[in-house]
Amino acid sequence: MFKSVYNWIDERLDITPLWRDVADHEVPEHVNPAHHFSAFVYCFGGLTFFITVIQILSGMFLTMYYVPDIINAYASVDYLQHKVAFGQIVRGMHHFGASLVIVMMFLHTLRVFFTGSYKAPREMNWVVGMLIFFIMLGLGFTGYLLPWDNKAYYATKVGVEIAASVPVLGPYIADFLYGGDIVGAQTLTRFFAIHVFFLPGALIAMLAAHFIMIRKQGISGPL
Amino acid sequence: MSNHEQHEAAHRPVQRKEMSRRQFLSYTLGGTTAFMMGGAVLPMVRFAVDPLLVKKGEGTYVKVVEESKITNEPQEFKFTIHQIDGWYVSDPELSAWISKDANNTIFALSPVCKHLGCTIGWNVKGLNEYDCPCHDARYTKDGKNITVAPTPLDEYEVKLENGFVYLGPVKPNTRTK
Repeated sequence: MFKSVYNWIDERLDITPLWRDVADHEVPEHVNPAHHFSAFVYCFGGLTFFITVIQILSGMFLTMYYVPDIINAYASVDYLQHKVAFGQIVRGMHHFGASLVIVMMFLHTLRVFFTGSYKAPREMNWVVGMLIFFIMLGLGFTGYLLPWDNKAYYATKVGVEIAASVPVLGPYIADFLYGGDIVGAQTLTRFFAIHVFFLPGALIAMLAAHFIMIRKQGISGPL
Repeated sequence: MSNHEQHEAAHRPVQRKEMSRRQFLSYTLGGTTAFMMGGAVLPMVRFAVDPLLVKKGEGTYVKVVEESKITNEPQEFKFTIHQIDGWYVSDPELSAWISKDANNTIFALSPVCKHLGCTIGWNVKGLNEYDCPCHDARYTKDGKNITVAPTPLDEYEVKLENGFVYLGPVKPNTRTK
């Protein structure tokens, strides 16, 4: 059944070469943990991507219940976590996955650094990777406010005050993030929009660039 | 990929029914991937469809008006119900058109037009009928649809206790055949 459906589509659109471009490529011996166990360090990039996919999925599902509004945000989070079946698990995935993604990304960065993989001709991919790093930090910062509890409130206050200490531009950055003079209704909607639309959009674009470049240039050689 | 394999198998001299290494590996990898994705996605799907699986609450009755105030002429009475909508708890006001029929039986009709859900009123056009302002649907005093609407007006469950009319959940009209 599956095979005939696949063949039907393949006859018309010739999708097999596309699939080969994505998935059918050699894994060099020095990055294959089956040959050298220490090569597991090459898995951290893939693990980061795997957790990112889980973050995107669980985040999409959370927005089915969440409202970015100062009256209802906390109540809706409380409801989705404690009243909806598997709410604790879905929110848990998003909550703990957020920390895990930073950890995995950091390990991936260390691997790239210590294997010297950032060197020519892969400098651009290092820069894109750094941009992804900052987008992820931005996602963590904006997502932290959304449950609208005390921890969220003060974390945002502290974060924005740190941003406000930037010379000259500081006060403008703070106003932009607050969307007003206080951490309030406008901050919450603003952070929500940044968290679910702007940064994920930028993240997906950057990830695409990251993957196209690694496919084009191949994995760096052994040490 | 499958075509390729079939060709290889056709040219192989001895046909063995054993699984090839490649097949074994792709089944193991596919199974592991399916298990991991399933573990991640199934809780989310259950989370999303939860409203479908929640037990519907038993309808409660609300005290609306004294029995003595009900006349043969339908009158509109307002009452509030306690509504829990996810994390939002409120007491919205509903209304019912209550009247007595020829046998002095009290019945209450829902004001929601069965055409497209506007709110009907009694005798607005002087025809002694329920009229809907949106598309001119009309109903008899029993709620029977005369024109436009496909079905009769819904009825509230009615309970009489100590001289008061109590209204319960909405049910399909039982007064028209």
